Amino acid sequence: MDIEKANDTAIERMMESRPMLIGMGIARDVIPGMSDDLLMHAGPPITWARASGPMRGAITGALIYEGKAKDMAEAQALVESGKIKLEPCHHHHAVGPMAGVTSPSMWVYIVENKTHGNRTFSNVNEGYGKVLRYGAYSEDVQERLHWLNDTMAPVLAKAIELSGGLDMRALIAEALHMGDEGHNRNKAGSFMYTAKLAPFVAQAAPNSELAAQIIKSLGDNALSVLNPVMAACKAMAETAHDIEGSTIVSVMARNGTDFGMRVSGLGDRWFTAPVATPQGLYFPGFSEADASGDIGDSTITETAGIGGFAMATAPAIVTFVSGKPKDAINATLEMYEITHGEHKYFTVPPLDFRGTPTGIDIRKVVETGITPRVNTGIAHKDAGVGQIGAGLVRPPFEMFQEAFMAYAEKYGFA
Amino acid sequence: MEFIKTEIRSGAYYDSVVLMHLQRSLLELPGVLDSGVVMGTDANKEVLEQSALLVDEIKSAGADDLIIVVKGADEVQATSAINRVDELIAARRGGGIEQDYRAKTLDTAAKMNPAAQWVLVSVPGRYAAGVAREALGLNKNVFLYSDNVSLDDELSLKKEAAEKGLLVMGPDCGTAIINGIGLGFANKVRRGAIGMVAASGTGLQQVALRIHQMGGGMTHAIGTGGRDLSEAVNAATLRQALDALNRDENTKVIVLLSKPPSPKVAADIVAAARKASKPVIVNFIGYAASMRKVDNVTFATTFDGTARLAIQAEQNPEAEAQELNVARFTEGQRYLRGLFSGGTLAYETQLILRDYLPAVYSNAPLDKALSLPDPLVSQENSIVDLGEDVFTVGRLHPMMDNDLRIRRLEKEARDPETAIILLDVVLGYGSHPNPASELAPAIAKARAAAEEAGRYLEVVALVAGTDEDPQNMDEQIRLLKEAGAIVEVSNDAAARRVGRLAQALNQRGVNPTAETNPPVALEALNQPLAAINVGLESFFEALTAQGAEVVHVDWKPAAGGNEKMMDILARMKNRK
Repeated sequence: MDIEKANDTAIERMMESRPMLIGMGIARDVIPGMSDDLLMHAGPPITWARASGPMRGAITGALIYEGKAKDMAEAQALVESGKIKLEPCHHHHAVGPMAGVTSPSMWVYIVENKTHGNRTFSNVNEGYGKVLRYGAYSEDVQERLHWLNDTMAPVLAKAIELSGGLDMRALIAEALHMGDEGHNRNKAGSFMYTAKLAPFVAQAAPNSELAAQIIKSLGDNALSVLNPVMAACKAMAETAHDIEGSTIVSVMARNGTDFGMRVSGLGDRWFTAPVATPQGLYFPGFSEADASGDIGDSTITETAGIGGFAMATAPAIVTFVSGKPKDAINATLEMYEITHGEHKYFTVPPLDFRGTPTGIDIRKVVETGITPRVNTGIAHKDAGVGQIGAGLVRPPFEMFQEAFMAYAEKYGFA
Repeated sequence: MEFIKTEIRSGAYYDSVVLMHLQRSLLELPGVLDSGVVMGTDANKEVLEQSALLVDEIKSAGADDLIIVVKGADEVQATSAINRVDELIAARRGGGIEQDYRAKTLDTAAKMNPAAQWVLVSVPGRYAAGVAREALGLNKNVFLYSDNVSLDDELSLKKEAAEKGLLVMGPDCGTAIINGIGLGFANKVRRGAIGMVAASGTGLQQVALRIHQMGGGMTHAIGTGGRDLSEAVNAATLRQALDALNRDENTKVIVLLSKPPSPKVAADIVAAARKASKPVIVNFIGYAASMRKVDNVTFATTFDGTARLAIQAEQNPEAEAQELNVARFTEGQRYLRGLFSGGTLAYETQLILRDYLPAVYSNAPLDKALSLPDPLVSQENSIVDLGEDVFTVGRLHPMMDNDLRIRRLEKEARDPETAIILLDVVLGYGSHPNPASELAPAIAKARAAAEEAGRYLEVVALVAGTDEDPQNMDEQIRLLKEAGAIVEVSNDAAARRVGRLAQALNQRGVNPTAETNPPVALEALNQPLAAINVGLESFFEALTAQGAEVVHVDWKPAAGGNEKMMDILARMKNRK
């Protein structure tokens, strides 16, 4: 067995993936293994008892949305009794930002990898502020969820079909050249996404007023493309999984309590460790004391070679990491130390169009002590409040050490 | 009340410059009376003890633990000072100025500075061999400053380096000069034509700076590490470096410097130095050379003498270097034929030729096994004493009668295997009154005959006499030179001259070093120095100040110094 070759294969499969956004559907209809008694959530497996505030809030909100609970107490009872099961999105080829809670009736994006044929899914982005994914579940949150799912999604689904599908790899590559890094900053990508779909939304909508509302909703939300981007990253990253001997990370995800990771050559085992609290900038009135532990599947972007790894393409958000444009460059340069290769299609203009650092190698993380950089939003620690800032976080080092030792044992290096 | 607050950080590694800076910064904080920031070695703990800072909590700290001690005017001030340690370290790092990216690994540094031919390694000893091995893996030459590298590691590093045509200077190599740039501790020394290989750091510096003070200058000064000339290491680096300097056309004179080497290795190196085409000044401190000078090799005993001899050799190259133009001989011309009239001169010549040739036959041999079966017929390299009884029966001694020697000279000259003919011309009362008048025309004729046959014939004449001898020594020399002979006036010089040439002819077509390893690429020495520095930041700053293209690695022990994981990492790297 040749580790380098295995890793070459893993990242080659990842990079040559061609994720296309081909449509939308209702979760219970399109996601394998989805059922009416199931909620999917971000990160590695979690129980109600260990779930963080935002996670509990999002579970509550989703059960209210499904008409199964009226409040958190009822939600808790359903989950703790086992009437409602919790499973990670990642167990169903899906990803969700922040709490990532996706219920059976919710509409989801469908991304198909034209190279390898795998399909991945992600829910619809609700915008900023008090939203379900940050654990808010009040009435206005419910209203917005209903509009997005019942009113916008069917039209958007038709528009995507009419468009013939969006090449997400090309969209991400272009957005990186327009100041996005694909995780915290998706402004350019969201504009492109809106612009590409607008004509088809106009065609698909039953009336021009709804068309205008939908286009405005997509265009106003600088994160509207985040969920398709994440599904695209998942479509790419999961093709790097299960390569015998590979030390490449194929999943990184957080549930607000644990950071979890899967490694290509180590099967479906989750390696987990307690999450850290992100360091960053807070909205007025909030501070680190209010912050929830790190949460969300959006670390799939870093897993696929963008997000914090492409920080150099997004100098505008360098203030999140406290500094000067050069710090953004240095952030990306640092990630080359722990990645196996450089992306063929995602390139960094200020680094002479060098490919983004791609394919986290657990050996290199352990050797150098450098953990991946993750750009992330920060949720309030209490359910129902929402986003309170954004910043930088790193996964816990011990998780990589544990995976490294597991690898050494499995492959006879210990 | 005075209060001592401590902190131990295990497995933390910091450049000592950072630690000193940190200690000073702590002292500048309000209410701090004393502070100590050191790695927990025994020596450092003693220092702390002397300052009454070695409190119980830190006595158990080991050599890999960073100890931070602060003595404050009270507990609050001591605690607040120690809480600012990270901030103070960060202030030193960033300096508040935008900083270029600092590589964390050698791999990354190599990508950032692909032109780098050298890697300077100054990390703690037990990590040093690993870093050096990584550097060799990237095809870089290594300046290994670190000490406490095991002999086994040194052997394996130097073996790998030799197989790749790379140099490993060190371990424990404190100084070197490559292409005018000082590595490690180095004086600013003028560029010049003297190259040095040294197994002694301060020796290298002392000789280099004396050369500078005396008006000379250096091409390169290559360190080998103190153990290189031991029997075990067998001068692996010195041999490579000597060979490189010999090929380097900017280097006109080579200095070899070492603390007392193993006698066997010393003899080997002198032999190698004598094969160099340049003057070599050897100073093996305390080495008892049997003579001051052998061929191109001159022995010095002091640093000063070494520097002076090197400069002299550079200023007077003709006197030192003998052009060994073997190309003008035909392929078949291989041998020396000595035709002596003086028996003991013939004897000493054979003795000296032992230094150069495996076998010299004679009718008066040093060793019976080398007897000429027929004194009238030379074979291979031969020294014939024509004053032997077999030749003088019924005729005058050849010192008086040149006839027999002239006939033998003609015979040897006709032999297509003959390359060199050596003759003695003994002057003084009793000898032939004008030997050159007969020998010179014979030499001219023999050389002309050889030339007609398409061969070049070297004739060396030893004129043994004084300027007061009746034959007129100057006139004798003039006649011989006019005939095309090379004239020496000492038997030793004549024997060594023909010895070196005959040796070169014998070795034609044979790889001179008889080694299969590739030579060190001269580009490593002669291109503008580009380097990667792993370890002491001060080395990086010094190289930058000298205008070298250098990238610094923010080095930390792999896997945070966790040996189990380091071993696994190494196994993963080695298994292919």
